[in-house]
Amino acid sequence: MSLTIIEGKAYPLGLSNVDTDVIIGSDWLKTVSKEGLGNGCFAALREGNENVFNDPRYAGAEILVAGANFGCGSSREHAAWALADMGVRAIIASSFSDIFSSNAFKNGILAATVDEAAIAPLVEAARDGDLKVDLLQQTVSAGASLEFDFTIDSFRRRCLIEGLNEIELSLLDAEFIIKHEQRVAGQTPWLARAGTA
Amino acid sequence: MAELRTMYEKIWDAHLVRQQEDGTDLIYVDRHLVHEVSSAQAFEGLRQAGLPVRRPDLTLAMPDHNVPTTARTDGVGNPIAIEDPESALQLATLEQNVAEFGVPFFDATSINQGIVHVVGPELGFTLPGSTLVCGDSHTSAHGALGCLAFGIGTTEVEHVLATQTLRLRRSKTMEVRLEGSLSPGVTAKDVILAVIGEIGTAGGIGHVIEYRGPVFEAMSIEQRLTVANMSIEAGARSGLFAPDAVTFEYLEGRPMAPSGVAWDDAVESWKSLRTDDGAKFDKSIVIDASAIVPLVTWGTSPEDVVPVTGNAPDPEEFGSETKRASVRAALAYMGIAPGQAMVDVPIQHVFIGSCTNSRIEDLRAAADVLRGRRLSPAIRSAIVVPGSGLVKMQAEQEGIDKVFTEAGFEWREPGCSACLGMNPDKVPPGESCASTSNRNFVGRQGPGARTHLVSPAMAAAAGIAGHLADVRDYAGVPA
Repeated sequence: MSLTIIEGKAYPLGLSNVDTDVIIGSDWLKTVSKEGLGNGCFAALREGNENVFNDPRYAGAEILVAGANFGCGSSREHAAWALADMGVRAIIASSFSDIFSSNAFKNGILAATVDEAAIAPLVEAARDGDLKVDLLQQTVSAGASLEFDFTIDSFRRRCLIEGLNEIELSLLDAEFIIKHEQRVAGQTPWLARAGTA
Repeated sequence: MAELRTMYEKIWDAHLVRQQEDGTDLIYVDRHLVHEVSSAQAFEGLRQAGLPVRRPDLTLAMPDHNVPTTARTDGVGNPIAIEDPESALQLATLEQNVAEFGVPFFDATSINQGIVHVVGPELGFTLPGSTLVCGDSHTSAHGALGCLAFGIGTTEVEHVLATQTLRLRRSKTMEVRLEGSLSPGVTAKDVILAVIGEIGTAGGIGHVIEYRGPVFEAMSIEQRLTVANMSIEAGARSGLFAPDAVTFEYLEGRPMAPSGVAWDDAVESWKSLRTDDGAKFDKSIVIDASAIVPLVTWGTSPEDVVPVTGNAPDPEEFGSETKRASVRAALAYMGIAPGQAMVDVPIQHVFIGSCTNSRIEDLRAAADVLRGRRLSPAIRSAIVVPGSGLVKMQAEQEGIDKVFTEAGFEWREPGCSACLGMNPDKVPPGESCASTSNRNFVGRQGPGARTHLVSPAMAAAAGIAGHLADVRDYAGVPA
């Protein structure tokens, strides 16, 4: 599935250090499927009186605006599955945890990094109306007057735009993998096979 | 003159399968640990694509996150069925997958079973100079042995199962150097909490940390495992220690480590892994070790650290409204007043375990504080969950289990347990736990649970006192 431009409502979350336990609690990790996790997404936040996820103005938004260090903590890909299941296709933040941004991308979610100074105006803009995320131009904007550049790894950008499958790409490199294994077997044979316990 | 390289760069270069035109690197994975929570969907992906596991012999699986820590076999040795149907299905799915794909496996009744990050090092599955991954963020722990190790998501687990590689971009390097020496009562846990407090939970994003300096060099492998384990709490996907005589002594004779001539060759090779003198790090952090005291967390992020002798922050003292609001929210969740003395924070639960602090030295440190003492009547639950079957057995041989049970603790079977509240070991809403684990996030140990991260000795002291307490006030303080 290809992703280029997303335009519409956005959750104006704005919080920093949103950890993956908050995105999806550990009770939801017992599943052996990737489906249905949207029901548990941000459950701890939804219990609060005021929160953007229960606010009908933002229901069904495909964009989420957060602060710094989004997705810190656990490597659970369930967090990305839950966000995808909830309909989120792009997350704007001033930084992302390394593992989460990788998980997001592998599920077709754009994790777009903007300057810290862009967060407050984007949260404000999302409260008032739609945002537009353009992966080709690498910009996020609101109306004609507000526009910020975002950064994304060039390989991930290409995969999102072209809808590439990374495992299929890597399997094409089988001959290089075999060569590496042969080299290791000669040079550092203790790495080439694990002992038995 | 050859280019000066850090240890991270040396390991990376030795694992480069192919440099892609777009600047990403295909990196070979030497060792892959698999558990029940992050693997089911990966095996299903292989099945749908008709792919085998490329190197089952470099893969090792066991259940840890979701297993109950109560007795696993009945009086005559038959496995006890798991009550929760969802957990039972997830554990059964792992057993089916490893059988179908031919992956080596320790079931929950095996003496070798335990938390993957405890089992990997203790069996010698983890080796210096290797790359190791697991669908778990605390995989960084294995860096204690000079292994480039990091947590991955389930799609990456599938990628490794299918190709034994990952497509990555080289990280930046960060040196964390501790100068001076540690004071009595200060443990490896306090050191890593101090590091996280210093650089923050986002400080290490995009970086691999290398722990350097005399304090880290003087640490045992188990202490290094505690430090490297929580690198991820500083935002770094990996943390490394240079392999040295301590590393080689720890590994020699472990069942999955090389032996004989291969051992000698391996040690020679491992000696060349250390960062070249003069090699440049992208970032350098220097911390005065003598200033570190026993620490506790007051809030809902591992960076919310404060000396146990100190006080919770007052939100009004922070410069920005965003920060004031987040401190207020964290204090409200924790049930702590602004400026409250940490030793006045009541504790109802004690958890000694997790991949951070469930090894034999951790259990000994807690037992040294507990010996001849009893838990406070204020404590409603106190459990010790050894990191593996082997740790449990050794502790029982040393009589440490008796020290815990005589103090009022429950002595459990190995697993991740109350660290993440996935199995039945949870902290009730609104109640506080002195925990040797790694995360104090909202709801981490159960919905509404309040977590204070501490060292094993400090957890024991809190259990005796019924509130957070300074371990230095108790005899038997670890040196």
